[in-house]
Parts: sequence; structure tokens; C-alpha cells
Amino acid sequence: MAEQSIAGPAGGAMASAGDRSARARVVILLLSLALALSVFLSLISGASDASAVRVIRDWLTGAVPVDAALAARDQLIVFDIRMPRVLLGVLVGAALAVSGAVMQGLFRNPLADPGLIGVSAGSSLGAVAIIVLGRTWLAPVTLALGSLALPLAAFFGGLAVTLLLYAIATRQGRTSVATMLLAGLAIAALAMALTGILIFMADDRQLRDLTFWQLGSLAGATWPKIGTVGPVIVLALSAMPLLSRGLNALALGEATAGHLGIPVQRLKYTAIVGVSAAVGASVAVSGGIGFIGIVVPHLLRLAIGPDNRYLLPASALLGASLLLLADAVARTIVAPAELPIGIVTAVTGAPFFLWILLRRRGIVDL
Amino acid sequence: MCVVFRFRSALALMFGVLLAFTALPAGAGENTAVFSDTSRIASIGGSITEIVYALGEEGHLVARDSTSSFPQAALKLPNVGYMRALSPEGVLSVNPSGILALHGSGPKEAVDVLKKSSVPFIEVPERYSREGILEKIRIIGKALGVDAKAEKLATEMDAKLKSAEKQTASIKERKRILFVLSTQGGKILAAGSDTAGDGIIKLAGAVNAVDGFSGYKQMSDEAIVTARPDVILTMKNAGPPISEDELFANPSIASTPAGAARKVIGMDGGYLLGFGPRTAEAIHDLAVSLYGSQVTD
Repeated sequence: MAEQSIAGPAGGAMASAGDRSARARVVILLLSLALALSVFLSLISGASDASAVRVIRDWLTGAVPVDAALAARDQLIVFDIRMPRVLLGVLVGAALAVSGAVMQGLFRNPLADPGLIGVSAGSSLGAVAIIVLGRTWLAPVTLALGSLALPLAAFFGGLAVTLLLYAIATRQGRTSVATMLLAGLAIAALAMALTGILIFMADDRQLRDLTFWQLGSLAGATWPKIGTVGPVIVLALSAMPLLSRGLNALALGEATAGHLGIPVQRLKYTAIVGVSAAVGASVAVSGGIGFIGIVVPHLLRLAIGPDNRYLLPASALLGASLLLLADAVARTIVAPAELPIGIVTAVTGAPFFLWILLRRRGIVDL
Repeated sequence: MCVVFRFRSALALMFGVLLAFTALPAGAGENTAVFSDTSRIASIGGSITEIVYALGEEGHLVARDSTSSFPQAALKLPNVGYMRALSPEGVLSVNPSGILALHGSGPKEAVDVLKKSSVPFIEVPERYSREGILEKIRIIGKALGVDAKAEKLATEMDAKLKSAEKQTASIKERKRILFVLSTQGGKILAAGSDTAGDGIIKLAGAVNAVDGFSGYKQMSDEAIVTARPDVILTMKNAGPPISEDELFANPSIASTPAGAARKVIGMDGGYLLGFGPRTAEAIHDLAVSLYGSQVTD
């Protein structure tokens, strides 16, 4: 694999920086609109005929419904099933896309992705450990942390993998992309093997839960869960924009970034902790949802260029929208049953990823 | 700017709802043992659907899960998905007046939401024994308000099951059976104790060749050789079929008495493992396959 770096904001672009940023602002505005639309579409779509618009209107105006039982059912569907799910979709979609973009900036490689290099596998390992051992060996942990145990375990699993990966791939302040990818594969394999051992220890019930959990789904969205992982994701996401200037400088190489006055080491650690937190929390609640982290930032680089100041917020908006739409498909296409969303994102994302690879073989314009 | 404003107001609305949500009254999801309204029942779990049909109460059903494939008529009902991966909105979308769910239905979050809705939710326990089947019938009958019918069915079933078990009572040479759930990747996934496979093997007067673990686990080659099964039992019509050739191509299976005689029995999964109204026949069929003419009526 040849080492390639993303052209910096100043390099390789035909358009002037001014044109680029104006265009990026327009795109971000459009993406905001798209997200609002996706939220609306997700709220009004579902297996049942519950009307979100009517429920919310009635609830806001305090109208007394004609059929109280039906109204109660619809209220439950809208407030307890769809709404937490939509909110979780927004959080997870944004977290995965932004984490992907930050990873790609950090490793100066457009194909870096938390899923590809084992961070998700590490998070899975942490989460599965809690699911399987939560009542036996890890009982003190789960008792002490309660519902926080799972997302925290996923977080530390992801963090451990990221730090290990970085330590392995970085020599004398230079991160080797090839080493990173290979080490990522090895660590992911190791984490999966350990997960496999846990799966072997699991009983039937846990086993089936795990299988579905690994396929990925937003189905477990409940308010208490959002209360647990929401703050973690929001905190991690709000730290990310602070990195954009540093990541832009990093595209020119670590030494150059250092000369420009960027605290490179601190930047790297902030990015790593942020990504681990966001991905860890996402994996904990929604399992393995793939490809959002690669597809979204890549699409946006084609549209608005590699400037992280615009790329990160745009990734958050598009990631959230795409995941919401994928979930809407998952919830309605086989109604009254539903598909795991990981299947929907992989079926659409995997061919796109192949297309990226094919393009890279030809011209490289990233 | 108008766009941004709209987006913000949507966000504000969402957060407003989020904050105010705590003030909403919780649904009265009382777990009663009798449905007050039996007009629209969702049946989750193959054996539950079969029992509802056996009671002649199928007119109440409005939905089933993907494991409910018998009787044929049940396939016409809307399918709410696999019993362990239920979508709460999917279940509520058929407007059930009651939900009958076999133990193990899930995921937990989905069941919690369903219990929170005003729809009564009755969980039916599952035990892999004769008493377990009778208990299911009585609980379902009570829920649907047809106790007398259920009692009659339970008495019939009890007699049928007892005579099915008696057919093999006098047999001295007990066959050892290995129940193989899957052979994916050449790995044998076998049924230990506390499984439906183990339960049906015992009812048919045979011995589970596996001891030492519960649930379904992968068995090592040596463990299979040590288990010395006389017969391999597999499921049909549930996922990819297990081919005999593939089974006996496994050297450890080939070295067992079952491998030497190429003795494998394949039965319909729902029929064999359902622990419902058809279990007495399943016991009989399995016993005849195992012991042939030694089975006494």
C-alpha cells in the first residue's frame, strides 16, 4: 500500500479557498435541512399507522382525543419508540461519521475508519464481556456501575485498542499507514477471538442476544439508554470541532504542523480519546453499524474538499441523516418485523467502498 | 436563515418533548393472567400458536412470529419477525388487545416497551417436559378465557403423552442420541442438557449422548468420539439442511456407532422441538425411527 496523504486545503485544488468555503457553507446549510427532513420522515414512518404529527400536535395543544386507548397507544409509539430511536440515530450517525473523519485526518489516510482498524472490535469486546460475564466474574463492576457498565466497558475497549494501535504504528513521531492498517487488522482479529471465547461461554439466551446485537440495530433505543450514552457522545462530538485546525495542519505532516504551532501530541490524544468515546458509546447501544465512518467523510470530501473545519460538522449532519434513513428502511421494509440496520448500511455501504477502491486505482483526487 | 431557524425549532421541539416527557403518565401495562379483551391476540412462539389453534381459538389471532409455521393457516397471519428480535412498533401496529409470548421472547427493551403500553402481555413459560406442555395449555386457555376447553385439551394431551412415553418403557437397550443443531464450517454444534433437543430425546426413551454441558455448544472431535452416539438427530426445514454426506465426512462422527451404521434421523424443527400439541406424535415418530418394531402401543 503506497503512502498517500490527503492534499491539504491549499494543495491540488483548482478552486480558490474562498470559493471552497462559500460552497462548504451552502452544503452545510443544505445538510441541516436534509437532517431536519430525515428527522421528520423518521418520526412519521413506522410499522404502525400512528400519526406522529397528530400525537405531537395533540400533546402540545392538550387536545382531548376521541379514542383514549388508541391515543395512548399512539403516544407510546411516538414518544417511547420512535423518538428515542430517532435521537439515537442522530447521535450514533453523527458519532460514527465524525469519528471516521477524525481518524482519517489523524492517520492522513482517507480509508482509516474505526471499524476497519479494530476500534469497533475493541468496543464490542468490552460490551460482550459485560453481556456475558456481567452476572458472574464482572458482577462487582455491573453492580457498581449499573446501566453505565456496558457503555463504559465499550468505551475502554475501544480506547485500549486505539492506544495500542497508535503505540504500534508510531515510530519517532511518524505514523506509518501500512503498519497502522496491518496492526489494526491484527488487533481486530485478536479482539474478535477474545469475543469468540466469551461467545463460547455464553448461554443460549445471551448467544441469541449477541447475534442480533452484533448485526447492529437502533432497536434498543430507550430514554434511559440515551441518558447514559447521549452525554458521552455529545461531549465527544463537541470536542471534535476544536481539532479541525490541528487536523488541517497535520495533513501537511507532523513536523510542519509542529512548526505552525500546533500541539501535535495533545491533538493526537484528544482525537483518540474523543473517537474512542464516541465509537465506544455508539457500539454499546447499537452494535456493529458499518461503513458510515468511511462513506460519509469521503462523499463530503468530494463535495466540499478536505478542510476539516467544514468536513467535521458536515459529516455529523450527513452521518445522522443517512443513519436515520437507513433505520427508516430497516423499520418499514419488512413490517411488522424489522431488519437489523447493520445489514442495510453494509448492503449499501460495501459496494460504495469498493467503488472508492476502484477509483483510487485510477486517478487519486481525494 | 429560515432553514436554520426551522432546524433549530425542530431541535427545540425534540428537546422540549424530551424534557417534558418525564411528566407523561405511564401506561397501565398490568400483567394479568386473563385478557380482558380476547378479540385481537398476537401470538409469539410456534408452540403457542399451535395451542391456540388446538383450542379452536384461532379466530382471535391477528399476528404471529416467524417461528409460528404450523398449522398452514397460521402462515396467512402478519409476521412480526423472529421472537427474539421483536420490533415493538411492529407488534403494536396490528392493534393487539393482548400479547401471548413464549418465554425467551425479546429483546428485553422491546418487551419492556410492550409491557409499558396498555396492551396486556402474558409470558408463557417453557419447560421441556410433559408437565411443561400441559402448563402451556392451561396458561393460554386461562388467558383466552376458555379454561374448560383448555382443561379438556390438557387431559387429552396428558393421556397421549403418557402413552407415547410408555411405548418405549420396556426397552432394555437405550439408544444414545447426538442432537446436531448445525455443522457449519465442519464444527458440530450439539444439544446439551436444558434444551428442547435433550427433552425430546428423553421422552422418546433414549439417552442424550452428550453430558457435561447445558445449552448448545460446539463439540470437539474427541468429545464426539467419547459420546459414542448410536444415532444422529438433526432438524429439517430450519435454516440450511444438514447433509448426511457432510455429517459422515466428519471423521469423528464417522468413527462412532452412528457413523458406522450411517444412522441419521432428520425431523421438522417445529414438530420435533416445539413442545406443543404435536409433541406426542413427534415422540412416537422418533421412537419408531429409533427402535422400530420394539415400540409397543
